[in-house]
Amino acid sequence: MDNLLEIKNGVAISREAVPEVSYEQFFTTLADFTRNEGFIVQFFAYEEQGGYKLLAVVRNTGLYIIGTTVEKTFTSLTGSVSEKFHMFEREIAEQFGLKPDGHPWLKMVRYHKNYSGAKDVFGNDYQNEIPGNYPYFSVEGESIHEVAVGPVHAGIIEPGHFRFQCAGEEVLHLEIQLGYQHRGIEKMLPSMPQKRLPIIGESIAGDTAVGHNLCLCQGIEALAGLKIDRGAALIRTIALELERIANHIGDLGALSGDVAFNPPAAYFGRIRGEFLNLLQILGGSRFGKGLVRPGGVTHLMGEEQRRLLREKLKEITPEIEHVCDLLFTAHTVQARFEHIGTVTKEMAKDLGLVGYAGRACNIPYDARVTFPSECYAELPANSNHVTNGDVNSRATVRREEIMHSLDLIALLIDKYEMLEEQPKAVVTEDHMLDANSVVVTINEGWRGELSHCILTDSNGSIQRYKIKDPSFHNWTGLAMSLRNQEISDFPLNNKSYNLSYCGFDL
Amino acid sequence: MEQGYKTSPYPKEPITLYHRFRGLPLIQENCDMEIARKCSDLCPQDAIDAPAKTIDLGRCTFCGHCETVEDGAFVRFSENFELGAAQRNELVTAGSLPDLADHSQQHFKKLFGRSLQLRQVSAAGCNACEADTNVLNTPFFDLSRFGIDFVASPRHADGIHVTGPISLNMKQALLDTFEAVPSPKIVIASGSCSISGGPFYGSNEIVGDLNSLLPVDLYIPGCPPHPLTTLHALLSFFK
Repeated sequence: MDNLLEIKNGVAISREAVPEVSYEQFFTTLADFTRNEGFIVQFFAYEEQGGYKLLAVVRNTGLYIIGTTVEKTFTSLTGSVSEKFHMFEREIAEQFGLKPDGHPWLKMVRYHKNYSGAKDVFGNDYQNEIPGNYPYFSVEGESIHEVAVGPVHAGIIEPGHFRFQCAGEEVLHLEIQLGYQHRGIEKMLPSMPQKRLPIIGESIAGDTAVGHNLCLCQGIEALAGLKIDRGAALIRTIALELERIANHIGDLGALSGDVAFNPPAAYFGRIRGEFLNLLQILGGSRFGKGLVRPGGVTHLMGEEQRRLLREKLKEITPEIEHVCDLLFTAHTVQARFEHIGTVTKEMAKDLGLVGYAGRACNIPYDARVTFPSECYAELPANSNHVTNGDVNSRATVRREEIMHSLDLIALLIDKYEMLEEQPKAVVTEDHMLDANSVVVTINEGWRGELSHCILTDSNGSIQRYKIKDPSFHNWTGLAMSLRNQEISDFPLNNKSYNLSYCGFDL
Repeated sequence: MEQGYKTSPYPKEPITLYHRFRGLPLIQENCDMEIARKCSDLCPQDAIDAPAKTIDLGRCTFCGHCETVEDGAFVRFSENFELGAAQRNELVTAGSLPDLADHSQQHFKKLFGRSLQLRQVSAAGCNACEADTNVLNTPFFDLSRFGIDFVASPRHADGIHVTGPISLNMKQALLDTFEAVPSPKIVIASGSCSISGGPFYGSNEIVGDLNSLLPVDLYIPGCPPHPLTTLHALLSFFK
């Protein structure tokens, strides 16, 4: 702990303040931290004067940062300390050609050439444009068979490849290979003019447009010394909660559809649209695009918008309660939800699951409570009552979060009406960013912990932009959920997580 | 029963979107050149051509930034969601679009007017286009009442509906899917990403223009296109 510097969510610090230790000290510090209820928020490499550095941001009830310099090869933390590092180390290897020595399963994350032009760690030939071209983990035996699905799936859904090793109906192992959605976002962001940043931020994952763009804008605000007014913070908080409700409701509908219980699937589908329309009332886009910008928001809530929001929430809340009752009291649904895709609390902790995937395993972490941004410090926290780690728990956590978020929005509109000073709408402008600085922003997006980290160079230009979607932690949770389950339960498990392909692939 | 009948009467009756929605931009032709240039400089998507006083809806993400310049002296976004076009150059607009129904090819209407089956291919989109296409299957829009469906197999499809800027990693899968659709087949580019790369233009990990790979028959602009924009485009083009 001694080597770690405590930092605050969304507060920029000088890069000189970041503790720079030897790799041995870095290793032991992170090993101790992650063995004692510590989790990883960010862990990435960047180029500095021809060499490579690693930066780690970790959390328990506080947020800490530490850095080191590495050679082409470094000792893997995954191999001897914790699974929590496994995806991060693979990403470091893929992005910069640095090799975590002793990583138990070093394979590509997204399938792209590295940024540094170094020799490829995986020996891939990127002239070949198929990321699935790789020897998958396979199980051998007389009755073993393999099922390959994707990248193009049977529906309107993002691409990814799933490889199941099965014995009859039973899944022994599921390997998930993504990368098909890779757009090179982290690589392109530092060279972009500032006016393009929020547009890209809103398109990292469209279902989390508000959440990711909030991380981006808070980062720019911290580096530019911008203060946002209270009204803007209230609107941002409302937008993030509307996004949460819309997605949770959509997923409860999808879960209903997957157990062939069609009435709630139709109701939830329609009700989800109502929430997207509320975002459109707030900022003109059903996904909240164009609303949050560095310095505040582009659209304020007038009397008309507040009235429309209140009226719709009043009309729709009893409908949601009723449809939830319909779904959760049906015995046929319970029989399909309970004891399916269970991840134990121990495993969830080992993997570092976040968001509802973690909370459904009785890991209460919610960034809105632990690292509150915008108006969350003054709002009541949620609690969950069904936490067995199965599909039923993930569905119930969503239901509880929907009801909690509905209350929050009503509270936030009240607070907006009590404002003494009317907020001002902002437009995108270029801002001077602090030189040689680093900022970490965290928000609880609807899937869980979102985090962006921005490093500036001596000119105040962005040197490295790092993005982490909660899906980066949670895809492994889905793979573990499928162990010893019937393959026919894959869709149900998948919907209960509903992870982001593009948020992962970047 | 208790939910009642929730399906929209559109297109039999017109439908009005909330006034904050940003649809077809209306351009002031007589606007001062300096103001137009200011809008052009501010545009994150480089979608505005100030001397020509046009906006490229294939690049525009409808963020509304240009609308804030001098209180909309150059451009204002209307609530008109009917944005589909049959030709790429028609999307470069001074404020009006040709009637899509008149521009569609008659043999498409004959072939697909009564039944149109589409295979959706998500090729590195942000999932907003995909989500607002999926919404067409909810009771409010109820796409299947028009004989239009999204199907699982390309073998069952009459064409592909593509979203996203086409990452290098999805290029081959996209081409394979197109190949698997029996002819005659159509190609629809949905969202600014598939038309121009959208927010990701300039990235060297994407193709950024579906038309450079496959011949596009129908363009549906937006970031993402509103479900009604997609519905209008499909109905006008094929019905």
